[in-house]
Amino acid sequence: MFSEWKFTIREIAEKPDLFMSGHRACAGCGPATVIRLVLKAVRGPTIVTCATGCMEVVSTIYPYTAWATPWIHTAFENVAANASGIEAAIKVLKRKGRIKQHIDVIAFAGDGGTYDIGIQALSGAVERGHDFLYVLYDNEAYMNTGIQRSGGTPHGAATTTSPAGTVIPGKPQYKKPIADIMVAHDIPYVATASPYYWKDLITKARKGLEVEGPAFLHVIAPCPRGWRYDTSKSIEISRLAVETCIFPLWESINGEYQLSAPSKTIALKPERKKPVEEYLKTQGRFRHLFTPKFKGVIEEIQRITDKRWQRLLKKCGIN
Amino acid sequence: MKTEKKGWKEIPIAGVCWKPSTEYLTGDWKTYKPVRDPEKCKLCLLCVIFCPDGAIHWKPEENDLEFDYNFCKGCGICANECPFKAIEMKL
Repeated sequence: MFSEWKFTIREIAEKPDLFMSGHRACAGCGPATVIRLVLKAVRGPTIVTCATGCMEVVSTIYPYTAWATPWIHTAFENVAANASGIEAAIKVLKRKGRIKQHIDVIAFAGDGGTYDIGIQALSGAVERGHDFLYVLYDNEAYMNTGIQRSGGTPHGAATTTSPAGTVIPGKPQYKKPIADIMVAHDIPYVATASPYYWKDLITKARKGLEVEGPAFLHVIAPCPRGWRYDTSKSIEISRLAVETCIFPLWESINGEYQLSAPSKTIALKPERKKPVEEYLKTQGRFRHLFTPKFKGVIEEIQRITDKRWQRLLKKCGIN
Repeated sequence: MKTEKKGWKEIPIAGVCWKPSTEYLTGDWKTYKPVRDPEKCKLCLLCVIFCPDGAIHWKPEENDLEFDYNFCKGCGICANECPFKAIEMKL
């Protein structure tokens, strides 16, 4: 099903950047690293489409563009519909003999454009079975418009529309398990990834392109402005999210779950699993949880993280 | 400052962006600047991978790294992730 593509760090470093320097993302932007790495996995001609969001705004400020691939901007809600249109057009042009080679389609969207606004277009596109890779860079709020909560914001995080104060401890609801929703659509490839495990991320992006039919890649992408931490910690926080099992790495091929190497090590050696405090204390959006008033919230986050981790282990057949 | 602007007849249809972003230098955003110690550097290239701006270039013919200060925004990810502590952020 997948080619045995092996690569070294030097080959990746030598590959030209398709997301070029000079884009105007904030210093220390996590999503920018994610997009650079995903585009290192392309295997030939590729068309990229991007929903409204941080990465669209920073990359194409007229008259400059940071994309070295054909690129189409679309509204917040319909990036998946746009990708299916591109894929259908390529199919027709091939049938009429106008183009010979294969062209890959990648759709990028943030958590607002996926969890909340874009989910019906995404659900429809994968149900129709279009052959494209959908990459969700998850910075866990609407960062571009000023840190409003989204369906991807975790429990207890302070945002401008769920501020921690006297009444609520940040967002009262829980993070929507979007990747499991995509597995439930019975699509051939779903995976989660983190930029710290860059090799895993690039391999998964390539698998998503190679697979016949829709593929969904959920990547955690820390945001220094919205998560309130120093710009140098983006990659470190993406590692801690995996080590605390808040964001475990797994892939689902034709509905069969399997853990990826970094998370599998934790599953086999449970003493390596870190408590969630280590992840929470690095970020200012969780700062209020360390005051006596909201002490129980950290235990609640630990409880829900453990519950979801145990459920995932069961799906992967590890006891 | 007066700049030459294109008229409506010259701009591309649908306002397609026509300049590469590499013509727009973001290097003046930074406060701190990464400086590499070539003695400590083992050329593991992790900084090249993690840089959000693609501002660190690997030069295979010279077997060396080059920091492009025209684009580096001074975030410090390279210094934080360097396993050999070979990069220092300097004012």
